[in-house]
Amino acid sequence: MHKHSFLDLLRHGLAGNRTWPRMWRTPEPKPEYDVVIVGGGGHGLATAYYLAREHGVRNVAVLEKGWLGGGNTARNTTIIRSNYLQDPSAALYDFSIRLWEGLSAELGFNVMFSQRGVIHLAHSLHDLHEIQRRGNAIHLNGVDSEFLDPAQIRRMLPSMNLDCRFPVLGALHQKRGGVARHDAVAWGYARGADAHGVDIIQRCEVLGFRTRGGTVTGVETTRGFIGARVVGCAVAAASGVLATMAGFRLPLETSPLQAFVSEPVRPFLDHVVMSNAIHLYVSQSGKGELVMGAGSDPYVSYAQRGSFDQVELAVRALLELFPSLSRLRFMRQWAGNCDITADRSPIISGTPVRNLFFNCGWGTGGFKATPASGFVFAHCLARGTPHPLAEPFGMERFHSGALIDEGAAATVAH
Amino acid sequence: MLVIRCPWCSERDQTEFSYHGEAHIARPATPMDRTDEQWGDYLFFRSNTRGPHRERWLHAAGCRRWFNLLRDTATGRILAVYRPDEPPPAATAG
Repeated sequence: MHKHSFLDLLRHGLAGNRTWPRMWRTPEPKPEYDVVIVGGGGHGLATAYYLAREHGVRNVAVLEKGWLGGGNTARNTTIIRSNYLQDPSAALYDFSIRLWEGLSAELGFNVMFSQRGVIHLAHSLHDLHEIQRRGNAIHLNGVDSEFLDPAQIRRMLPSMNLDCRFPVLGALHQKRGGVARHDAVAWGYARGADAHGVDIIQRCEVLGFRTRGGTVTGVETTRGFIGARVVGCAVAAASGVLATMAGFRLPLETSPLQAFVSEPVRPFLDHVVMSNAIHLYVSQSGKGELVMGAGSDPYVSYAQRGSFDQVELAVRALLELFPSLSRLRFMRQWAGNCDITADRSPIISGTPVRNLFFNCGWGTGGFKATPASGFVFAHCLARGTPHPLAEPFGMERFHSGALIDEGAAATVAH
Repeated sequence: MLVIRCPWCSERDQTEFSYHGEAHIARPATPMDRTDEQWGDYLFFRSNTRGPHRERWLHAAGCRRWFNLLRDTATGRILAVYRPDEPPPAATAG
């Protein structure tokens, strides 16, 4: 894989930036692959990359209905953290942060991972107890977290109003948390996978699965039948639709979650600020825009647009904490469809159809997990057995009762 | 945001209502006889339909009565409103 260098910049810059090579090929689909990955978002592309790099499986295609990273990869607020309560989550999400830490160097592509720290605010005695319980659990799992008192918070976030209607009494701080550039993650993995020989096929929608004797043999697509020994689906909100095509149901439901971006302003916020109690998560991008998210709509919807009442609630929360932003204008608003499970934990699993695997249920928080999700799903597709980190996340937990309940422990609950 | 016509009141903003999931899922009459698979299916597995979807709503900040919607989850369009004692309309209603 070609690594960019200063010399590259100089050479292509002097040529007017017209000589940069394409980052990936646009191949015609082959009749058959060892592995077909459905979904060209961050998770699917990362899966393809690690399949090739970790397992030497290179006869792989990634099929994408639209364009790369155009779904939830492009629709989230790019927050990365691993301060989860339950042991399996802490292990998986912290593995993800460790991959993020080396990702730009590994892919030779700047994913702009900025470990600026994630601060989760407590507004009541109950909140304080919750962050102490979670913070201590996180410590025991070897994940970094520290408690902040109001004086420390004031020093770190001088623009924030701690004496709001529900005063800020403390916070949990994960220093290794932060944000990354969403497009770059998809593009970096796509470029890496392509360099290893993976075929990335855009504008190719999967219309159904072909099976023989309960084993998947390929996918029907808008570009004809494509054979596959193994099929992996990483399609987020479309998981339910694909599962229906394959003849089974999944323990999840789809709801839209929306986010906004403001006009750019001078840098004033150098951490990610999250509050479960008043429901806010906000950071400032490198361009100076505020990136913030709202709540998810409480009903099943594939409409990919959110409700106005959620916009109002989010803006209200922002102005409680940052009254000085009252005249800030928002530039863009959008929604992504989230595949939400009952325990708010993902499903990385085999299915009733042999050799058909699903990686879904990341709900409202999948972006942070992109590298780990791809890493463990690649293992699953290459070996047919779950990666040790993914073992607790099988679909069978909804029958055994061994749920991984992150509903109450999400830094912002949806 | 949806504008919902409560069958007992009238058209109101969705913020007056609360959503209670897919409709017509009966609790097993003899829970002790069910296998773990059947019980898990009842609790957690849903149709998650992309298209006409039958679902339960409560007019929580209004008359506090229950009713059902047939709503297209791809467009948000409400195709039918019906009371719990009424038979569910066909998925093509509206």
